[in-house]
Amino acid sequence: MNNSRQIDRHGKLRHFLSIEGLNRKLLTDILDAAESFSGVTEQSVKKVPLLRGKTIVNLFFEASTRTRTTFELAAKRLSADILNINITQSSTVKGETLLDTLRNLEAMHVDMFVVRHADSGAAHFIANHVAPHVSVINAGDGRHAHPTQALLDMFTIRRVKGPDFGRLRVAIVGDIMHSRVARSQIHALNLLNTGEIRVVAPKTLTPAHTESLGVHVFHELSKGIEGADVIIMLRLQRERMQGALLPSEHEYYELFGVTKEKLRAAQPDVTIMHPGPINRGVEMDSDVADGPHSVILAQVTHGIAVRMAVMSMAMHRKEPATE
Amino acid sequence: MSDIDNIPAILERMAREIVSQIELTGRSNPAMIGIHSGGVWVAARLHELLDISSPAGSLDISFYRDDFTRIGMNPVVRPSQLPFNIDDRHIILVDDVLHTGRTIRAAMNELFDYGRPASILLATLVERDGRELPIQANVVGSHVRLSPRQHIKLLGPDTLKLEIKQIP
Repeated sequence: MNNSRQIDRHGKLRHFLSIEGLNRKLLTDILDAAESFSGVTEQSVKKVPLLRGKTIVNLFFEASTRTRTTFELAAKRLSADILNINITQSSTVKGETLLDTLRNLEAMHVDMFVVRHADSGAAHFIANHVAPHVSVINAGDGRHAHPTQALLDMFTIRRVKGPDFGRLRVAIVGDIMHSRVARSQIHALNLLNTGEIRVVAPKTLTPAHTESLGVHVFHELSKGIEGADVIIMLRLQRERMQGALLPSEHEYYELFGVTKEKLRAAQPDVTIMHPGPINRGVEMDSDVADGPHSVILAQVTHGIAVRMAVMSMAMHRKEPATE
Repeated sequence: MSDIDNIPAILERMAREIVSQIELTGRSNPAMIGIHSGGVWVAARLHELLDISSPAGSLDISFYRDDFTRIGMNPVVRPSQLPFNIDDRHIILVDDVLHTGRTIRAAMNELFDYGRPASILLATLVERDGRELPIQANVVGSHVRLSPRQHIKLLGPDTLKLEIKQIP
């Protein structure tokens, strides 16, 4: 996938499709902008007029509540008008149908699409076909990427642990195989020069060549989270499970579920993250999810500021994309 | 005609003028807000010279600029800090240079998203020609006559200095 399309020739965001293709400076700029936007909630009018008069469409081909609502709130806090369109179809949406949908929406003078799709590359496909003044934000495509989730995770880590990722050991635990979140997180953590990135998963849920992404792979939870400063849990994607990748959820919990006891292997001030929604009693105990190390709800709050940053940075006057 | 090299003297004059305007209008217990970045430096000094109970606030108007879609966003926007409730408060709004008036418009729009002040008094270190909006300062430190090809900028924050440059 051509990721250079998301950056214009001045190095500014044109679309936001994946963490790959960003440089460290641009990633840090987005996090800084998100920091600025987080102050907006302190105003009695929780809005800034930056995107007043712009029209944004949440184009969701796949169900999602949290991501859609945080994009919607982010757009509203920027004073944009936002339209939610849910196109859930069981079969793959064919290219032509998708293009027809796009052309129709463009005819309504839309300025930005926020796209969630079950197929990898869907956001790139749309970015390749939209009118020159329209921006595309990837809100999750297949198993490929979920870049705004990765950004809000980096924002959360930076808030809790400070800006020096070099001294951090970060463990990503769970279903790496089906996780677009994990892929985006690994790219973002690498860009920020994270000290050590670990991936902890059952063998059946670890894609081949995972190590080539610059991570250490573990198949045993206690070893994988040993000395970890940050543990990022992934959701066990029940709806994506095909074939016998797991014996049972119960056995997964026994081996990979994070409990208070197992957490003792990590650093005493370990931070626990999860993109939500949590399968309580599968990925982790409620004790952990609601415990003092958990920043899971802060992640949701940060998601709004991060999405405000991405949307406003992609919405400046358009320049032709670099090819 | 300008005395822009003697900034401490300008600030003292401004402070006296602000006091007399407050007394004249009977607007007691005002709060001071500087516009980022030069206005914050000027506000800090005026705040020292005046007897104001609340700490000075700061306003970064980047999200309220009217040229955002043309120039894009500066990612490093310092969050505005208003350490007091501005509802029904008399506000002294401070900036370094009053030029087109667009910054002041943006600042007032932002202020009203924090609440409804009782009044706003505008104090600027320098006033120059080139207004594009019907905005005037109540207290002006120094009037400077400049051509449209000249640019005046306040340098700081440790030592405040006004610098005039020719735009090429």
